[in-house]
Amino acid sequence: MTPFERAIRPFPGLTLALLSLPVAAGLVGVVAPAFGWLPALGGETLTLSPWRALLQAPGLADMLCLSLVTGLASSVIALAIVTLFLGAFLGTRPLRWVQRLLAPLLAVPHAAAAIGLAFLLAPSGLASRLVSPWASGWEQPPDYLFPGDPAGLALIAGLVLKEVPFLLLMSLAALPQCRAEERLRVARSLGYGRLNAFLRAVLPGLYPLIRLPVYAVIAFAGSTVDVAIILGPSTPPTLAVAVVRWLNDPDLALRFQASAAALLQLGVTALSLLAWWLAERLVARLAAGWLIGGVRARGERLGRTLAAGLTALSILMLGASLLGLLLWSLAGWWPFPAAWPSPMTLDAWRQGLASGATPLAHTASLGLASTLLALALAIGCLEAEALRRRTLAPRTQLILYLPLLVPPVAFLYGLVQWQAQLGLAAGWLAAALGHALFVLPYVFLTLAESYRRLDPRWGQVAAALGASKARVFWRVRLPLLAAPIGAAAAVGFAVSVGQYLPTLLLGGGRLATLTTEAVSLASGGDRRLTAVFALGQLALPALGFILAAGLPRWLFHHRVSDSTAT
Amino acid sequence: MPEPSPLILDDVVITRSGRPLVAVDARIAPGEVLTLMGPSGVGKSTLLAQVAGFLAPAFEAGGRIRLGDDDLTDAPPERRRLGLLFQDPLLFPHLSVGGNLAFGLPAGDGRAERRRRVDAALTDIGLSGFADRDPETLSGGQRARVALMRVLLAEPRAMLLDEPFSRLDAALRDEMRRLVFARVRERGLPTLMVTHDREDAEAAGGRVITLTAPGH
Repeated sequence: MTPFERAIRPFPGLTLALLSLPVAAGLVGVVAPAFGWLPALGGETLTLSPWRALLQAPGLADMLCLSLVTGLASSVIALAIVTLFLGAFLGTRPLRWVQRLLAPLLAVPHAAAAIGLAFLLAPSGLASRLVSPWASGWEQPPDYLFPGDPAGLALIAGLVLKEVPFLLLMSLAALPQCRAEERLRVARSLGYGRLNAFLRAVLPGLYPLIRLPVYAVIAFAGSTVDVAIILGPSTPPTLAVAVVRWLNDPDLALRFQASAAALLQLGVTALSLLAWWLAERLVARLAAGWLIGGVRARGERLGRTLAAGLTALSILMLGASLLGLLLWSLAGWWPFPAAWPSPMTLDAWRQGLASGATPLAHTASLGLASTLLALALAIGCLEAEALRRRTLAPRTQLILYLPLLVPPVAFLYGLVQWQAQLGLAAGWLAAALGHALFVLPYVFLTLAESYRRLDPRWGQVAAALGASKARVFWRVRLPLLAAPIGAAAAVGFAVSVGQYLPTLLLGGGRLATLTTEAVSLASGGDRRLTAVFALGQLALPALGFILAAGLPRWLFHHRVSDSTAT
Repeated sequence: MPEPSPLILDDVVITRSGRPLVAVDARIAPGEVLTLMGPSGVGKSTLLAQVAGFLAPAFEAGGRIRLGDDDLTDAPPERRRLGLLFQDPLLFPHLSVGGNLAFGLPAGDGRAERRRRVDAALTDIGLSGFADRDPETLSGGQRARVALMRVLLAEPRAMLLDEPFSRLDAALRDEMRRLVFARVRERGLPTLMVTHDREDAEAAGGRVITLTAPGH
């Protein structure tokens, strides 16, 4: 075995350990204080008092209900939109247009999208300004509660807006695997309309392939903190937000209650997933006869209209949200119901530059560090696969999804307990490692398909020419994969920039990034500065995607001229 | 069952970025099998895709495709009701063998009647009792027969065969040829077959149009 093979071989084990151990340790770390055991804070006996305190917390039932409903409802709606859209447009031109919009849509961090949506649909937001006073008759901002309506509708809307592009991307990647085009052709040549053909012949093959991403969406939606702070109701908030509140309370005794609540959050997520799984079974049973009932073209036009309308609405809302952010960041004086601020000023940007330099540096350094680490681990795993000529077992791939399926608020908070107990320093390093936990799954999933599909004959040709395994890796496989590696890095960087909770918790609350600043500004009153931070938070990943698209081309161009020169 | 109509390819021309790829003008009578022969790359399958309604956007097509008086040229594939048999059987893996056949049956009738027709179709191809089997457990020849039956149950008005026997081994190939051609004659379906195998054309026993590479 060559030194190169010896160096590559431990990567899968190392990666899986790095992903599963923190999650497991975090869960252990949250269980002990939930039952009163946290010596660092003087809890040295096992007791149920944290649970008693939690049960007496005002509005607990509402919190639970809110978390369950917003998580499940947003996932159902997002999945329905994606299904309808693919059913109506698979293999047509609109699909290709949307496909091109997908990367920029995915690059928008959750917090930025949520702030944009809040600014768009608030009583004095861009939407109500555009229809006032000529259509609505409003001279004053109308009186409705958005964001923060008690039913969580704003929260659901914000989650749907970000989940649709994610599920769409996952579905598009899975379609070739289930031979979607062929299935569609067979069904249509048997007389099935486009949408009916998709629902009856393609979806049953597609859904199992996107089940894990769907579960990740459910787990995320039911336990998100940043989106829920910005868009969700505040009295009572969702359970995950309440955990963070109690955790940050100056009264340290509340930490025991927060631990119990974090554990309860784990239960809420498990319950959501269980409910979804049962619904899957039920739908599969109910649909068995429907699939083969022979109905060819029911609801085709309605489905297509709905699909086009909902997709256009989603894209329009995101676009208008971004425009609204831009206008607010430049607004000097912008009274209701003017649709355009006047005069425009750069004051907010100047102020943002002054106060945002440190957060910007933290965001970029955390993003670069966690992306590089994740990239090295992912490439090491995939190269180990290539050397062994065997892909990871499905069960080990499940571990990749672990940080996306276990609610972060539960295991991250447990890790904080370990920090406190073991006296580890909270700060940049801990936060960067925390970011990597969430960056790694995305980097791996983005890169895996291209890496596995790379024609093995490239390596064989090089080996036949006398290149060692290490040389094949460095000089043949990596350069050939420059473009997908760049894309995976951009995705990873975007994921890191969007992280709120790991920065807040593992950074000890003192590590400011564009995201933490944007979230805390959003609950204050300064819309102009909030808009500047949200835009900054959005510009960084966008820059990453532009670099990822351009850099490999530039590198490759250079290499061609080099090789022709020698 | 209504009187079968002829399938008419009225000056059908396929071009790619302005350059002609393949041109066919033919009238296929009910029960007749017209074979399009030629090496790969001459656009046989592209022509078939145009007749079926699946022409890829990279191509342009001229001429009309008609079934009797019914102009199909601009109809979506699902309205054409032309039975298309692919190279692969393409049985849906999420459905049982019986489910695949029921997928081909038109809607209507009760559940019991549909089940009866599926069972009858299976008996017809020597697979009675296979309704609840997973398609994966079938042999290549059995799958091909189920695929043929699924198309026929959808009551097509004509048949399109895209190298339907090329993936079968020699013994099965003869058997499937006999089965397919017997069924299209019995139902009086005008049939268009593309193939590069001369034996297919001989077995079909109809007219043969040989396409050559463009520019020759």
